[in-house]
Amino acid sequence: MGHMNDAVRCLAAGVVTALLATGCSTGSGSGSGSQTITLYNAQHEQTTDALITAFTQQTGIKVKVRSDGEDVLTAQLEQEGSKSPADVFYTENSPWLAQLDQKHLLAPIDAATLQQVPSTDSASTGDWIGVSARVSVLVYDTDKLKASQLPTSILDLADPQWRGKLELAPAETDFWPIVSSVAKAYGDAKALTWLKGLKSNAAPNDTIPDNETVVSDVNKGTNDMGLINHYYFYRLQAEIGKPAMHAALSFFAPHDPGYVLDISGAGILKSSKHEAAAQKFVAFLTSAAGQTILAHSDSFEYPIGDHVAANPELPPFASLLPNSFSVADLGTGDDAKTLLQEAQLL
Amino acid sequence: MTSSTATATPAPLRALRARRGRAGWLVYVSIVIALGLLSPLVLVGLDARQAGWTEIHRVLFRARSQRLLVNTVELSVVVVTAAAVLGTAAAWCTERCALPLRRLWTVLLVLPIAVPDFVAGYAWHSIRPTFTGLWAAALVMTLSTYPLIYLPVAAALRRADPGVDEVARSLGLGRAATFMRVTVPQIRPALIGGSLVVILTLLSEYGAFEIVHFQTFTTEIFTEFQFDQAAASALSVPLVLLGLLVLTGESRIGRRGRVSRTASAAARLARRRRLGYATAPVLAALSALIALAVGVPIGTLIYWMQRSERSTLPAAATVGKATWATVDYSALGAVVAVALALPIAIMAVRRTSTARRLIERSTYLTQSLPGVVIALSLVFFSIRYAYPLYQTSLLLVAAYAILHFPLALVCVKVSVVQAPPRLGDIGRSLGRGPAAVFARVTLPLIAPGLLAGFCLVFLTATTELTATLVLAPTGVHTLATQFWAYQSEAAYGAAAPYALVIIALAALPGALLGLWFDRERYSRLATEQYSRPAALEPAT
Repeated sequence: MGHMNDAVRCLAAGVVTALLATGCSTGSGSGSGSQTITLYNAQHEQTTDALITAFTQQTGIKVKVRSDGEDVLTAQLEQEGSKSPADVFYTENSPWLAQLDQKHLLAPIDAATLQQVPSTDSASTGDWIGVSARVSVLVYDTDKLKASQLPTSILDLADPQWRGKLELAPAETDFWPIVSSVAKAYGDAKALTWLKGLKSNAAPNDTIPDNETVVSDVNKGTNDMGLINHYYFYRLQAEIGKPAMHAALSFFAPHDPGYVLDISGAGILKSSKHEAAAQKFVAFLTSAAGQTILAHSDSFEYPIGDHVAANPELPPFASLLPNSFSVADLGTGDDAKTLLQEAQLL
Repeated sequence: MTSSTATATPAPLRALRARRGRAGWLVYVSIVIALGLLSPLVLVGLDARQAGWTEIHRVLFRARSQRLLVNTVELSVVVVTAAAVLGTAAAWCTERCALPLRRLWTVLLVLPIAVPDFVAGYAWHSIRPTFTGLWAAALVMTLSTYPLIYLPVAAALRRADPGVDEVARSLGLGRAATFMRVTVPQIRPALIGGSLVVILTLLSEYGAFEIVHFQTFTTEIFTEFQFDQAAASALSVPLVLLGLLVLTGESRIGRRGRVSRTASAAARLARRRRLGYATAPVLAALSALIALAVGVPIGTLIYWMQRSERSTLPAAATVGKATWATVDYSALGAVVAVALALPIAIMAVRRTSTARRLIERSTYLTQSLPGVVIALSLVFFSIRYAYPLYQTSLLLVAAYAILHFPLALVCVKVSVVQAPPRLGDIGRSLGRGPAAVFARVTLPLIAPGLLAGFCLVFLTATTELTATLVLAPTGVHTLATQFWAYQSEAAYGAAAPYALVIIALAALPGALLGLWFDRERYSRLATEQYSRPAALEPAT
């Protein structure tokens, strides 16, 4: 069994080398004098990287990033509790920050920073701040539908005339503000009826896993319409180019309950050991410099701070006429969740 | 041997007989390992208590949940049957038939494990968006899980004693009857073990078939996770119960007899059958399988890269770093998983008792839990009891070992079952210590299973995502996490290279397995030729 012993020795040598290498790799990166903060990031990673590079250049503070889905990160932060190594949490949707706020895991943001964005887009407690916004729109297949045929009110989507023509991704957190807004405007009972109508119109496409698939399906002609946040459309367009797009966006009637802003925000953890540096980071995110980077990135979201202009490809922010439904109305999204579960969409 | 044999037994043999009566340290070690592997259930229990029975009851007993549970069961039944048939057939082709380019097929046939689930589901959805539901999901999952049965069965066929087959043929059984009545019992531990892992994997999966609009109970857990993590974790309880059901069922079916080799002399390997006219159809079938399982996803990845307008192909440095991290963690995780599986496999096989069976079965249970639940349970334990280890490489390697432990156990068990304990006893009776007997007799005999287990865990760990995102040291990226980062932003063209590297990496263990076993085979054939009278048998 000579060759067997050789093989065992080789394997053992390989294992020891790998172990040593791994040990070394975790040891390094422990700072060389300058501060380092840890960011738990649920947002567009490439945009965050650009923001971090600019921030480090400006302040010399390094940022370590951990990216994951916002639901998992929230669960992780709640499990970590006061021992969390995270300093800042940057999410895609506001309900998660509201949830952490409810559990008293967030630290107050500096008043000066909070003034950089409209107060309706941040927590009323001042524990987290809005950084960018997206707007809910209807994406439709231009080969099959004309703009004039489209519904202008969110309630119209439940009409039987749209049976089999709609795609829905109810698991997307982006959908909660719409549901919550409809419930606030028309009451829970009517909202439930509307959801059930949506479900029958969208069947069997009422369980699409995410909005990327919705917009891709509509573009391919698999379906006629989908309810999404505007930036999925522009991201697909950036990926496959304008000539390959057979879809377009349509806005609801001004101030319709379905025409809502979805706010993406950031918060500082109470467990943070570098609160001053974390405050600087959050201030940078909402400053003119940070918001400009956001505007020019390929995340295609609207900057909401310091009157910075959005990406020229998007309709100007001033031209948007959304409902007054705000993050305070949305809260942790519990009512949206209950309605969606009652309608058996979730 | 000596003049005193008539009156006194040699001391080592006396010690051996005495040792047989006690439970032994092996069982205690196995209990510790099993408890460690079952630890995620603690969090599930705590979360269930926190969520409260009303909340769980409300979600669990809706019409939708019941339908999803039915979906889960239906999918499991279809997939495990199809995967068992495919896996066994493929193993038979590569191990018992003289296939041209056999080593290449061995490498290609295990590649599907390395295809990221999202890619497999998306590929089929883009080809035919209207192909949805149970059959689409079954197709996607069968193609990605049949290697879980192929590897153990191939290892079993490799080591199975051809003597039994030859006896059966000489007594007049036809080929098909020989297969059903002689070969299948020989590979039954591998088949049942592999099927078990397939079902349990299906229970915890959701990404691959979500996109073909097939929802299972696990999808429910993930969406519930967005609202109420405690309730979501508690919803895992039905999955655990299902897993228990499957395990109990398996113990009823798997009446495992001793299938170790009959001949204690130089062990023979089975002769490979020449295919003749059947070569073309067999090759065509294998090619079709590979094309569907690997070709379609790779084609999709290349299509993504082609149609992408963005020129953000990742810098070579990022791919290099991510590859090194992936290989490092996956290899270490595989080594740990196999090392942990060894005592449990030996304990379970050497002597069977209810307690031993229970300990062994319990280690499969957490395979039915979604990866995110296991990851968060490790967060829970390390935050409370081992904070310095939190978000270090060590914890991630431990997570990989826990997540993929059953894969290692199945493969190692196959080899342990086929290694006769008699040889170890002979070694002991000749005066060698237990460690020497283990290293020089047992270990070489079970080497194929160890290697198969290492490769299987390595392959699966390269695509592991949810636990890696939660537990990896902050700032460390693997190929899978980089793929996810780009894919979740719809930057498919930038994501594709990472997935292609994962699939390319999978060729390594496959080649390793093939090379290793061929070397073994050649050396054994060489010994055979010297020991067999030349006149009686034709040259191989």
